[in-house]
Amino acid sequence: MSDTPSKIEIRALRKSFGSNEVLKSISLDVAKGGVVALIGPSGSGKSTLLRCVNLLVAPDGGSVRVGDTRFSFGEGAKLPDVKTLAKFRATTGMVFQHFNLFPHMTTLQNVMEGPVTVRRMARADAEKLARAQLAKVGLAEKADQYPATLSGGQKQRVAIARALAMEPDVMLFDEATSALDPELVGEVLSVIQRLASEGMTMVIVTHEIAFAREVADRLIFMRDGIVVEEGPARQVIDNPQQAATRAFLSHFHRTGALPPANTAS
Amino acid sequence: MYQWDFGILWSYRWLFLNGLGVTVGFTVVIVVLGLVFGLFGAFGTLSRFRAVRLVALTFIEAFRCTPILVQLIWFYYALPILAGVEMTPITASALALSLYGGSFYSEIIRGGIISIDRGQSEAGAALGMTPGQSMRRIVLPQAIKRMIPALMNQSIIQFKNTSLVSVLAVPDLVYQSQVAAHDSYRPLETYTAVAVAYAAILIPLTILARRGEKRLAVSE
Repeated sequence: MSDTPSKIEIRALRKSFGSNEVLKSISLDVAKGGVVALIGPSGSGKSTLLRCVNLLVAPDGGSVRVGDTRFSFGEGAKLPDVKTLAKFRATTGMVFQHFNLFPHMTTLQNVMEGPVTVRRMARADAEKLARAQLAKVGLAEKADQYPATLSGGQKQRVAIARALAMEPDVMLFDEATSALDPELVGEVLSVIQRLASEGMTMVIVTHEIAFAREVADRLIFMRDGIVVEEGPARQVIDNPQQAATRAFLSHFHRTGALPPANTAS
Repeated sequence: MYQWDFGILWSYRWLFLNGLGVTVGFTVVIVVLGLVFGLFGAFGTLSRFRAVRLVALTFIEAFRCTPILVQLIWFYYALPILAGVEMTPITASALALSLYGGSFYSEIIRGGIISIDRGQSEAGAALGMTPGQSMRRIVLPQAIKRMIPALMNQSIIQFKNTSLVSVLAVPDLVYQSQVAAHDSYRPLETYTAVAVAYAAILIPLTILARRGEKRLAVSE
């Protein structure tokens, strides 16, 4: 890696669900302002890895560092308490495949919720911030609508605004476009692309290979809980070295127009 | 052919009204207390700690799986002997009915909470909420909406269950009508009037509950 310390540093990360070993000693670095795309077949562990970055899933071993906060896991290491975890997660934004907007709140209230409840911001300030974030994802006029009235693409853009309202250091995208109709994928990708150009540090789990090639500077191909291949995104996609990577990438259009919607998770 | 004579009940009107007041007041007490027990039971079964879950489950199953009539008698007659706790019939029956109702409320509240998609609390956690904050701000507001029809239904059953306290000589509507029936030798009229009184209170309530249910269904 470069001489500047990385924003995200993951070392020897292990996770099992029962007897199923999902992550087998994964290490990963993301530079400040870097965009890393995680690709791989279903069940490769990429979503679990992403959820370990903000500790939504507690690893069994290894360490996770985001910014200056480091957690170690494994024998003898105590799991962090709920307050420490909450504080840590407030600095990382996450966007989910199924949006997970709060259906009992308007769009504006969804985006205000983090600043008000977690950051204890005054309501007026939080509202100003939330309106600015909604405008940024092009949904200022939907502020007073409930999520149920929005399209999938709009919901996901609100979810991005909600995460951004916490003013996080890093953003994690967990198959953010996999649940969308094909014609709605583009509007979400363009928001993510703009974040990348603004220098947001991001880890993106995606099936949009052409998008990963455009936006990510590094690409990691995972299979069966290990990193099979990693390198500059264009290089890995255009010229994969491993047979498994080649086999996986052969299912996708790698350049040009966006691929058809992928409903697999 | 039996000659109905409801006019005879008029002279017992204060007795009936008195009993009705006790029945309604009693219901309010056992619904409120029951909800409190239910809340503890529900959060107990959802606790991270095994011991807490076990205590909560034992409480729920003990009261859910035994007849309320047996519980009433047991609380009044057995507790003083076993634990040395003397209780008035009113205290004993209020406690038994609240715990009985609480065991059912627990299951309704627990079911409402776990029916909310896991993604909701995950989204809360990802924003940096503590489990308590995400329960209060995200999960409960959605869950309560889903619980209301079932809670209403259980409370209606609780209202009718109060009729059982007459076995401990608590002067509720049923107890007072027994007095009236013995006194007037008109049990048919008396118990018919009692049934009508229960229905007259409950039917409007069920209509209200159904309307509320429909409104909730629309807003989902």
